[in-house]
Amino acid sequence: MTASPTSKRWHFSPLELSQQFKRLLGALTLLAPSGLWLILFLVLPTLLILDISLVPGLRPGESGDGYGLGNYSRVFNPFDAAFDSVYLQVIGRSLYYATGTTLACLLMGFPVAYWLALMAPRRWRNFLVVAFILPLWTSSLLRAYAWISILRPSGLLNSFIGWLSSGLPGVQLPEQAWLYSSAAVLIGLTYNFLPYMVLILYASLEKLDISLLEAAADLGATPRQTFWQVTVPQTLPGIAAGCLLVFITSMGDFVVPTLLGGASSMTISRLIYNQFLGITRNWGLGSALSMVMILAVSMMIALLLKYGDRDSVKEA
Amino acid sequence: MRLPAFWPLPRTWQGWLTTALFAFMYGPILVLTVYSFNDSIRYTSVWQGFSLKWYESLFQDTRIFRALQDTLFVAIVAVAISSVLGTLMAIGLAKYYFPGKGVYRGVSYLPLIIPDISIAVATLVFLASMAIPLSIWTIIAAHMVFCLAYIAVVVSSRLGSLDPNLEEAALDLGATPAQALIQVLLPQLMPAIVAGCLLAFVLSVDDLLISSFTAGGGANPLPLEIFSRIRNGVKPDMNALSVLLILASGMIAALGEYLRYKGSTTMAEQFKGDDVCAILLSCVGMNWVNDLPVRYPDLQDPGANRRFR
Repeated sequence: MTASPTSKRWHFSPLELSQQFKRLLGALTLLAPSGLWLILFLVLPTLLILDISLVPGLRPGESGDGYGLGNYSRVFNPFDAAFDSVYLQVIGRSLYYATGTTLACLLMGFPVAYWLALMAPRRWRNFLVVAFILPLWTSSLLRAYAWISILRPSGLLNSFIGWLSSGLPGVQLPEQAWLYSSAAVLIGLTYNFLPYMVLILYASLEKLDISLLEAAADLGATPRQTFWQVTVPQTLPGIAAGCLLVFITSMGDFVVPTLLGGASSMTISRLIYNQFLGITRNWGLGSALSMVMILAVSMMIALLLKYGDRDSVKEA
Repeated sequence: MRLPAFWPLPRTWQGWLTTALFAFMYGPILVLTVYSFNDSIRYTSVWQGFSLKWYESLFQDTRIFRALQDTLFVAIVAVAISSVLGTLMAIGLAKYYFPGKGVYRGVSYLPLIIPDISIAVATLVFLASMAIPLSIWTIIAAHMVFCLAYIAVVVSSRLGSLDPNLEEAALDLGATPAQALIQVLLPQLMPAIVAGCLLAFVLSVDDLLISSFTAGGGANPLPLEIFSRIRNGVKPDMNALSVLLILASGMIAALGEYLRYKGSTTMAEQFKGDDVCAILLSCVGMNWVNDLPVRYPDLQDPGANRRFR
C-alpha cells in the first residue's frame, strides 16, 4: 500500500517520535498545572454561574423553578410580571458612576500625564511617575476609609467649610452631608483610579514623537491646534485603553460604593453581593446579574481590541 | 521678575495641576496619619494633642493579630505556589504553539479583566456545588487564580524582551532543556518574577471580595476584619492600623522598585529606556498598552523635549 502525502506526514522515525514525545511532555509540564487550576477554579465556576443564572428562584436549600430566562427577564423585560425597575436603576447608577469617574480621571489625568511625560525635569521623571502611582500599592479599603474621616458630617471638609464661612465675612457656604452621597462615591472612585489613568496616558504620551510637535509649530499651528490635531490623535489608543480600564474597574468596584455611598447608592456589584451574602439570597438572580456584568466587560474589551486593530490597519 | 532656573515651583498650569493632584493623592493618607496620633477620647476632627494611645490599643487587640496571621498565611502560600505555576505558564505560552493556545491565553487574562465580584460569586457557587467546606485553604485556592494570572502577565512581558539566542546557545552547548531553563532563563526572568510576586502579594493582602466569599467561618483575613469594623463608621484604632499597613505596603513597593533597579543595572543591555513604564504597566496588568500601535519611534535626543516646555 502506497502512503498518501497526508499519512506520510504522520509517519515518524522512532527518533522523531521520541523527540515529539519529549516536546509534548515539556509543554504539558509547563502548561498543564496552571491550565488545570484555571479550568477548575475559573472556567468551571463561570460555566456553573451561567447554568444557575438560568434557574429562576434558586436559593440555598431550594431547587428553584426549572430552567428558564426568568432571572434575565426580571431585570430587562418590562412586560414580565416579576419585572422590577429597581434592577435597571441599579445598572444605570453603576454606569453613571463609571462614566463620571472615567471623565474625571481623563480630564485630570491627561494634563498630569502630559506634564510628567513632556514637561517635567527629565531626571525626576521616573521618580515622579512612581510617586504618583505609589498609592495604588496601598489597600483600597484603607484609601476609602481615609475619605470617610474627611467627608463625614463632623469631618475635615465640613470643618474647613465652617472655618471658611466664619473667616470670610459675606461668604456663606453650606455644610453638607458629603458622606453617603453620590458625590462621595465619585470622589472615592476618582481617587482610586486616577493613578491608573495617569500611568496609561503617560506610557502613551512618552512614545509621542516630539519632532511632529515641532513640525506643527514650524508650519504655523497654534499650540491649541497642535494639541488637538497632533497630540490627541497620536495618543488616542492610550486614551481609549485608559478610559476603558477605569470604566470597567470602577463599574465593578465594591469597596468604595459600600463604604462611601449609603443605601441610596446601590451599584450592581453591591447588589450581587447582597444576593449571595446579604439578606436577599437569590443565587439565581445574582448569577444572572454577574453574567450580565461579565458579558458587558468582555464586549468592551472586544471593542477596544477591534478599535486598536483598525488603528494599526490605518497605519499600514 | 524672573524666577531662577532651579526654582521648584511649576511654571505651567499643567505643573500646578500635577502639584494639586499630588496633594489630592497623598492628602487623605496624611490626614489619616495625623489623626492616628490624636489624643481624643472619641473620634473627632479636632486636634487634641499628640498621643500614641491608639497604637497601644491596637497592639493589645488579639483579633487583629490573628487576622493578620491569616492574611499573611494566605498571601504567602498562594504567591509561593503561583510564582512557580505562573512562571511555567508564561514560559510555556512563549515556547509552544498548539491548537487552542489563543483560548488558553485568553482564559489566563480573564482574572485581570472580570470584576472581582464575578470571580468571587463563581468560586462560592462552585465550592458549594462540590460540597467543599469553606476554610483558609479555599481562600488560598481562589487567590491562586488571580496571583497566577498577574505573575504570568508580568513574566510574559519580560520574556518578550529577552534574547532567545542565549537559551539556544545553552542547548547547543549540551545543556538539557531543564538545565537551560534553570540556569539560563530563570536568572534572566528573576526581576520580573519578583515584581510579579510582590504585586500578587499586595493584591492578595488587599483582597476583600474573594476572601469574604470563600472564607466561611474558619478564617478571618485582615480585610474582612477591617471591613466589618469600619462599615459602621470611624474607629480611631483603625487609623493607627491603616498607617502601619500603608507604611508596610510602601516598603514593599520600595523593595520592588529597588529590586527592579538592581536588576536593571546588572542586566543593563536588556532594559530599554522606558522600561520603568513597561514594568509598571505590567504591574497593573496593562502591559498590552505597549502593544498598541506606535506610529513613531522614540526620539533619542534628550534635549528635544525641552523646547516644548
